[in-house]
Amino acid sequence: MAERSFKKEVEHLRKGDGDVFTGEGILALTKALLENGVGYVGGYQGAPISHLMDVLADAQDVLGELGVRFEANASEGAAAAMLAASVHYPIRGAVTFKGPVGVNVASDALANLSSSGVTGGALVIVGEDYGEGSSIMQERSHAFAMKSQFWMLDPRPNLPSITKAVKDGFELSEASNTPVMLMVRIRSCHVTGSFETRDNVPPPLTVRDALSAPRSDFARVVLPPMSYLHEQDKVQNRWPAAEKFIIDNKLNEIIGPNRAPLGIVVQGGMYNGVVRALQRLGLADIYGNSDVPLYVLNVTYPLVRDEFNRFCEGKDHVLVVEEGQPEFIEQQLGSFLYKARSSVELHGKDMLPMAGEYTGQVMLDGVTAFLKAAAPEMLPGAVRAPNAKAPQIPDLSKTVPIRPPGFCTGCPERPIFAALKLTEQELGKHQISGDIGCHLFAALPPFEIGGSTMGYGLGPASNAAFDGGGERRAISILGDGGFWHNGLSSSIGNMVFNKSDTVAVIVDNYYSAATGGQDVLSSRAINDTKSTNNPISAALKGVGVEWVRQIDRTYDVGKVREVLREALTTDYAGPKVIVASSECMLNKQRREKPLRNQAIQDGRRVDIPRFGVDPDICTGDHACIRLSGCPSLSLKKLDDPLRDDPVAHIDQTCVGCGNCGEVADEAILCPSFYQADVVHNPTGFEAWRARQRIKIIGWLQNRRAAKRLAL
Amino acid sequence: MNALFPEKPQDAGLAKITKLAVMAVGGQGGGVLTSWIEALARAQGYDVQATSVAGVAQRTGATIYYIEMIPRTDQLPVFALAPSAGDVDILIAAEMMEVGRAVLRGFVTPDRTVLIGSTHRALAVSEKTVPGDGIADADEVRAAAEIAAQRLILANMEQLAVDQGSVISASLFGALAGSGALPFPREAFEDAIRKSGKGVDASLRAFKAGFDAAQHRETVDVQKPEPEQKITGPQGVLDEWNALVDRINAMPPTVQQMATAGLRKVVDFQDCGYGATYLDRLNAMIARDSAAQDWLLSVTAAKYIANAMAYDDMIRVADIKTRSPRFDRIRNEMGAKLDQVMQLTEYFHPRAEEIAGLLPARLGAWIEGKPKAMARLDRWFGMGRRLRTDSLPAFVMLHLLGGLKSYRLKTRRHAVEVAHLEAWLDRSLAPLTNDYELCVELLRCRRLVKGYSDTHARGLAKFDSVMNAADMLKGREDASDWVARLREAALQDPDGKALSGALETVRSFV
Repeated sequence: MAERSFKKEVEHLRKGDGDVFTGEGILALTKALLENGVGYVGGYQGAPISHLMDVLADAQDVLGELGVRFEANASEGAAAAMLAASVHYPIRGAVTFKGPVGVNVASDALANLSSSGVTGGALVIVGEDYGEGSSIMQERSHAFAMKSQFWMLDPRPNLPSITKAVKDGFELSEASNTPVMLMVRIRSCHVTGSFETRDNVPPPLTVRDALSAPRSDFARVVLPPMSYLHEQDKVQNRWPAAEKFIIDNKLNEIIGPNRAPLGIVVQGGMYNGVVRALQRLGLADIYGNSDVPLYVLNVTYPLVRDEFNRFCEGKDHVLVVEEGQPEFIEQQLGSFLYKARSSVELHGKDMLPMAGEYTGQVMLDGVTAFLKAAAPEMLPGAVRAPNAKAPQIPDLSKTVPIRPPGFCTGCPERPIFAALKLTEQELGKHQISGDIGCHLFAALPPFEIGGSTMGYGLGPASNAAFDGGGERRAISILGDGGFWHNGLSSSIGNMVFNKSDTVAVIVDNYYSAATGGQDVLSSRAINDTKSTNNPISAALKGVGVEWVRQIDRTYDVGKVREVLREALTTDYAGPKVIVASSECMLNKQRREKPLRNQAIQDGRRVDIPRFGVDPDICTGDHACIRLSGCPSLSLKKLDDPLRDDPVAHIDQTCVGCGNCGEVADEAILCPSFYQADVVHNPTGFEAWRARQRIKIIGWLQNRRAAKRLAL
Repeated sequence: MNALFPEKPQDAGLAKITKLAVMAVGGQGGGVLTSWIEALARAQGYDVQATSVAGVAQRTGATIYYIEMIPRTDQLPVFALAPSAGDVDILIAAEMMEVGRAVLRGFVTPDRTVLIGSTHRALAVSEKTVPGDGIADADEVRAAAEIAAQRLILANMEQLAVDQGSVISASLFGALAGSGALPFPREAFEDAIRKSGKGVDASLRAFKAGFDAAQHRETVDVQKPEPEQKITGPQGVLDEWNALVDRINAMPPTVQQMATAGLRKVVDFQDCGYGATYLDRLNAMIARDSAAQDWLLSVTAAKYIANAMAYDDMIRVADIKTRSPRFDRIRNEMGAKLDQVMQLTEYFHPRAEEIAGLLPARLGAWIEGKPKAMARLDRWFGMGRRLRTDSLPAFVMLHLLGGLKSYRLKTRRHAVEVAHLEAWLDRSLAPLTNDYELCVELLRCRRLVKGYSDTHARGLAKFDSVMNAADMLKGREDASDWVARLREAALQDPDGKALSGALETVRSFV
């Protein structure tokens, strides 16, 4: 079960003609797919489109009623490959994953798909993980569209535009026999708003129907000589067809006055930012009526030469607002102008930054700079000649600490890395490579374990060069999500085949946790529609790993440390794989807390553990925190003039995972930690025994207290 | 800077968009707060848009939610998807350093921003891992917020919520209502909570607490000073104590407060006789000090001698762990009710060193000199032990251990501690005739000795490095400054990287 449930919201997917849907962009996208007769959907989770997968998973009833097939694909590559169903059959299909990393993984299938061409509309919904809040390298998915010749939609970030883009995307795809990528940015995935719904449309041809009448045509297979023809088909037929469709259906929008000496070309996704900048300069109203003409590229690839040239007619200056680098769009538009021997001055990355998110301030500065150059008379006086003095606000940049994401309270991965840090303290620093997933937080303080991440499931593979039998074995980390995504073949298979003498630690938290707690093959949950409970260790043995150690409770720091030591020092020369399993605490709490509360209410015995620190015993050296970083293990300043340094303190958010005590024990830190188990609804005998104990203990305590000062 | 404060928009309509940002730490429930605000505004006839960044950024990291709203018309407004510097009307920050981050990012400006912040702290990892005191300065943030905000509402929203059995999103929502920054009646806010349907009663209580805090415009986190507890005990011991207090009263007034705190600590550690030894040491210090320097040397000595004398041995730990007020404190902290049973597990891991330290001084010293004997001790005793102090065997064992005070002064550990203490005092006072400040700084180096086992050993090593460096610096005018700097460096990281760097610098110029 995923971290967030959409069970309630998916009922909105049943809305019909004339109803109004209000909610998140992700749900609106799903609704639009159903309204446009989609026949099959799939994808792979990852921010910012994880919730789209969660919505689809929760919407299986609605999908089933319409005859829509849903697949939670094993990877983005698998998802893109599923679009093969639209090659021969007139069935609309949509898959979703994050970009550009998901597109990287999918690019093999996408390239083949683009070469074959499609009959039914094929839509790839990509959540572009760029800018603030992104968790990946900063690149653009745009380049993939250019290299494989598929089309790229970048709609204005509001619900009516996003849902319209789904319709446009399918139609454009069919009109040009080309897959279409619909790009939504981080915030537009979760933007809320409303749009008018239409009835859901069952697919005219379902995948089930298609299976009864299978088709094939070798002309669509990517093999010479057909592949040469595919390339010709792309440029001679599909591309012109796409341009014609874009123009005929006005997919791009021109907003604002017809005649003006200047204009702005903007990616659809950047439209709201540009309008806000114009609003702040007094050049647009709140409804987007602008004094500056805007050419809104809801289709960012291909760019339509004639449409652009017409927009430029009569203008002296044009600004291109294009987020990210390199500036593909600006380069192409510059080439159009050059070839048209135009005298229009083209601006873009000279006034806006080449790299980084176009935030409100960046946009305001860029648009202001453009107007200063192109039409200074349009700017309000204060911008042209600033004279207002800004009040001096003290600089807090040295005061406010950075707060990168990290392991949650009670995370089962924390003790693994505490054990690994202790192992390194004992045996020396090792070459360690990381992977994608929550476990990558171990690279940050306080653990600082691992120095690289090369991609999902590629942790062990990225240590392949260090397999030369040096003084200490190389270690790699891999999550359960990464293991099933790609790790089993690319990393573990690689280790086995090459007789790798390295150590891989598989962090198994029962979910694809970083993306929102979706189930994977080895999840322990019972899932009605998916096959779970397939142990990782069995898969390892299946591909030929002989040295496998399964740890079933990662909080046992001593055990983890012992197994690590064994793996690093054993005489066994082949690949050594440790599977460290404990349930993601975020999901465990979400699952267990209601059950626990119910049990307490029902009068059943429930034991709730929590940890604490004796402030008089803690000396304030914070060694425990350097092996933890748990949000609930914090510091407290004591009201004692004799103390210089704050002492450790555990707040009420502690979930009693046990890491503090285990680490204090294993690292021989200090005796300040205690675990207090509050037993709700204790049994009669238990309560009686506790009373007797308290009596005797109280008597001993009072006897001693009577002999000394109570200070 | 001008870009932060553009002219008022010419279009009056634009001013009607209300822009509200929530800055929180992942896991604080910023999403719930956002959905309440959104539902509220929608119910009040507004067009609303909310955005958030889901995903890995929400795993305990800093995160932003953003809402824009305007009274509904038949035209669709164009809303921005993220807050802009200088263009936020209401900023809600769910933690004190997030208040600071909001100011730092320019989201709080004197011309328009109502800033509602919680003063509580969720410490960042970088603040917590420093061996010394790395906690960021909240007063600086408060001072900046006072300048930056048009209106500032600060209160410990976390505490207000927790006191009501709820979470911070509810008290912040209450504060938003109480601030009057949104033109909606209180009932409309409460309806939004009711409609969300989860933990409604607790949320409404926390909402009220937040509402009141905002209306009264006062910080609620001022803690009442606890009344001075009267010292009680058997008459004989009390007489001894009063005699010691009389000795303190005869000391220079500036020294008395620290001396009293120190005396309490050492008497609690051992007994009044030990307290007398403490005062002897302190008096020797006072005798060499003078009012000219405001008795700084003596005050410093009063603090660190007490800390050194009340060292952390097994007897002290066992004593603290078995006292009755501790049991009450923990029951209280855990919220254990009378009908609930509380089990208490202590995590101990004694090493051979602790066991040897507990032996009579000469025997202990002898064993410490024999690696084989130490190894044997480690085999016998050196393992992690989880002691259930709510059960009789473990409690009685620790109770007995904690009662070994009369024997303590004969132990190996005591001998080691006394030797270390005296050597430290001697070295610290050696430069007294020439450099008073240096003596004070050297006394303060005792702060470096803390922790147990490895951490303790590392602390001692750092202490030695700084004390040795002082020998190099002796005679220089800036010797005391450098010792202070070295000490601060030693407290910056566990491995002493900053200290090594600082020592390198010292070596380069002496």
